[in-house]
Amino acid sequence: MSTHAKTRIVGAPVPRKEGVEKLLGRARYVDDIEREGMWYGATVRSTIPRGLIREIGFDRRIDWSEFAVVTAADIPGQNHIHLIFADQPCLADGQVNHCDEAIVLLAHPDKCKVREAVAAVKIEYETLPAVLSIEESERQDVVVWGSDNLLKSFLLEKGDVEAAWAGAAHIVEGEYRTGAQEHLYIENNGVIAEYDEVDGVTVWGSLQCPYYVHKSLLAVFDLPEDKVRVIQTETGGAFGGKEDYPSTLASHAALLAKKSGHAVKMVYDRMEDLAATTKRHPSRVRHKTALDESGKLLAMDIEIATDGGAYSTLSSTVLSRATLHSPGPYVCPNVRVRSRAWATNLVPYGAFRGFGAPQAVFAVERHMDEVAAAIGLDPVELRRRNFLHDGDTTATEQVMREPVILDKLLDRALAESGYYAKRKKFVKENLSNPVKRGMGIAAFYHGSGFTGSGERNLNSLAGVDVTADGKVRVLVSSTEFGQGTNTVLTQVAAEAIGLDYDDVVMAPPDTGIVPNSGPTVASRTSMVVGKLIERASLQLVALLQEQAGLDEGFSRAEFFRACERYRAAKGEVVSLCRYEAPPNIFWDDQKYRGEAYPAYAWSIHVAQVAVDTVTYSAEVEDFWAVQEAGRVLNPVLAGGQIEGGIAQGIGYALYEKVVLQNGHMANNQMTNYIMPTAEDVPPIHVYFEEIPFSHGGYGAKGIGELPHDGPAPAILNAIRDATGVSFTSIPLLPEDLFLKLAARPIVEEAAAV
Amino acid sequence: MSTEFSSIDFLINGEKRSVRVPPMKRLLDVLREDLHLTGAKEGCGEGECGSCSVRLNGELVNSCLVPALQAQGARIQTVEGLALDGELHPLQQAFLHCGGAQCGICTPGMLMAATHLLANNPHPSMAEIREGLAGNLCRCTGFTRIFESVISAAAQSGEERHAR
Repeated sequence: MSTHAKTRIVGAPVPRKEGVEKLLGRARYVDDIEREGMWYGATVRSTIPRGLIREIGFDRRIDWSEFAVVTAADIPGQNHIHLIFADQPCLADGQVNHCDEAIVLLAHPDKCKVREAVAAVKIEYETLPAVLSIEESERQDVVVWGSDNLLKSFLLEKGDVEAAWAGAAHIVEGEYRTGAQEHLYIENNGVIAEYDEVDGVTVWGSLQCPYYVHKSLLAVFDLPEDKVRVIQTETGGAFGGKEDYPSTLASHAALLAKKSGHAVKMVYDRMEDLAATTKRHPSRVRHKTALDESGKLLAMDIEIATDGGAYSTLSSTVLSRATLHSPGPYVCPNVRVRSRAWATNLVPYGAFRGFGAPQAVFAVERHMDEVAAAIGLDPVELRRRNFLHDGDTTATEQVMREPVILDKLLDRALAESGYYAKRKKFVKENLSNPVKRGMGIAAFYHGSGFTGSGERNLNSLAGVDVTADGKVRVLVSSTEFGQGTNTVLTQVAAEAIGLDYDDVVMAPPDTGIVPNSGPTVASRTSMVVGKLIERASLQLVALLQEQAGLDEGFSRAEFFRACERYRAAKGEVVSLCRYEAPPNIFWDDQKYRGEAYPAYAWSIHVAQVAVDTVTYSAEVEDFWAVQEAGRVLNPVLAGGQIEGGIAQGIGYALYEKVVLQNGHMANNQMTNYIMPTAEDVPPIHVYFEEIPFSHGGYGAKGIGELPHDGPAPAILNAIRDATGVSFTSIPLLPEDLFLKLAARPIVEEAAAV
Repeated sequence: MSTEFSSIDFLINGEKRSVRVPPMKRLLDVLREDLHLTGAKEGCGEGECGSCSVRLNGELVNSCLVPALQAQGARIQTVEGLALDGELHPLQQAFLHCGGAQCGICTPGMLMAATHLLANNPHPSMAEIREGLAGNLCRCTGFTRIFESVISAAAQSGEERHAR
């Protein structure tokens, strides 16, 4: 079986495919690209969260004839951004539903003039009452979306939760909250668009999903598929933040290109990007948990509410993933999850690494520590008594057919971190030290690939071809934005065919060239697309063996000679494969039951945190992450994914707060939206246990999102261990620590010495 | 911004260059627009992210905060000036092998900060590396492999000195 076989290139730390170009400063990001006669675009945005547009006024001191001006009336096709539902307009028409919603677009040859002109467009509104929080939306006294403000709801039920309460030895309840989080990719959103009556629309941009943008442009311009072309440029970070937003920005730039007759570049500055683009959904999760005398779970009743913002965008699928991750990696006979995504008059929340799982995992893993404390059990022991094992069923009745090695991961995490010895030591030291230290743990899984029947519906197509100048090209719309797509997919092809790493390159991420291998999201690229490339590569070899006289045990030179023979006889040397679901995968969308994900990656995080009771700062001093994510295709890149995700998770827990004022982000600058720096990130120790997954590319499972799920609960659990005080909400800033810790001085303990 | 233009001369990556630009034009824009050196990136425009870092007369600066007139007569080094005759600089080599670059957008600035650090302190401690790179934000790596890259490059240059 290929996933277990010894490999030459897969599993090796080969250097990043596009690494040299990036290191030389030669990689071309969208803002590094100029087009002939290019103009610059800018956006006039709403300044209120909800209201009717009464008038759009243009200051007479500006000569508007120099500008291209676009409003909703200029849209040739449908005025909506295609995603799941068609409720989000491309440009507001008559009404705005959130601050910073696009109303008017401007373009001009002079970058400075177009920026100045934005302030010279005056919008007059009749304000309408706005809904700015989950609680306001739930009350439904003001309905701002549909008939009830409810963007989506799910009900997941296993067993009978209500019947379980009576027989429980313990019942523990808790409520947990998470805030919005900004992706803070260092490259802001940006695109360049051109329009031509014959060729249609061409867009170059910083984006994750070329075919999402493609589909959206088809609707906005009412054009056939071959008249829209989307090309991804080098992308400076994305993390989900360039999953759906580029469809809006590309539509805007293309409308301006059509109106002006010029190429139009729109690159947001940081303030605009922070104020107007998507963030992670804020959440409120309630747990009610029943246990027996021995600490075994009897029932978990979970209620999830997320803030979706003004339009539905991806809120339904984010909520689905939150629902499916909310019971944690535990066996429980009775589970009920009731989840709801609520509409508010805020900038629509969107995809962000983890996609609902970090919110759900924060709640359940914080709650497990509260349960442990309530029933007087060690938090590690409570988890161990309830872990899922091979053959167990999850809350959706999915049988764990692949090995589940949570105990092994836990043992390794405890050993590597010196968990118990440290806790013992800190208990002693904390008595006399104003800096209180503690250890915290989190156990979790992350489902790889699209949820439920998602991968089947995507029906991805990917493959390889061979160019006349002797290179194998990987044909995918899966994009590189730092996570390593280029490297791992070329490794897979080189391995499967039997070539050198340098023999394989990526075809340009251009919808005019590559097939639709699905969006670059959901930790699916290595596993799902990697498998397609593995299959397509083996299929190519078989084809050449059957039809071009390629012998067994061929050399590199013989392979390329066979390709030339094939080309001369039959034409293009190409091999494409379509997605095939693993057997025994069944998902019932109606009952919300079955194989929620084809595979799960598993992880244990341990955080060592110091809380300074003089300054009220919390510092993560050390961090351990043990995971099983299938086969590791490239240890350097995989390690980098885990470390980067943990750093982002530390920011989520302790630093990153989106401050809203009447629905507008007030701290939309890097000066006051704070992410962890080189001085804030602790040493991060990363360990992999590898169990190849037979339906993933060379045994890979998803890895990209997993590391963002654990840090926040592990850190807040460590803070509880350090201070004895429970915090249930993130971000947890020094002022929040102060409010609770100052009210309950820890000095008492010191006095007791 | 003044629309008057001034002639500004400097030595960039060892080469004499002259531009006519408004004196308050940001050095970052002069590099990117007038000299087509697009290695330095704009991440925030307010000196927080460091992705526009260049060295100016041996000092590490955020080129988004430096007006062009301040660069008059200066020696400027950008990421484009690191590799010599197509040979990667030891830091670039180390970043490549240790995984110090992911999406690559902070990399040019990070490389300049690391170059500056090692120029002044060839064998920095971990605390000194953290401090030296604290003005450069990376959202992908969690910094761990960037630290390893700097340590590896520092060790390598030590070995080279020994070899001589």
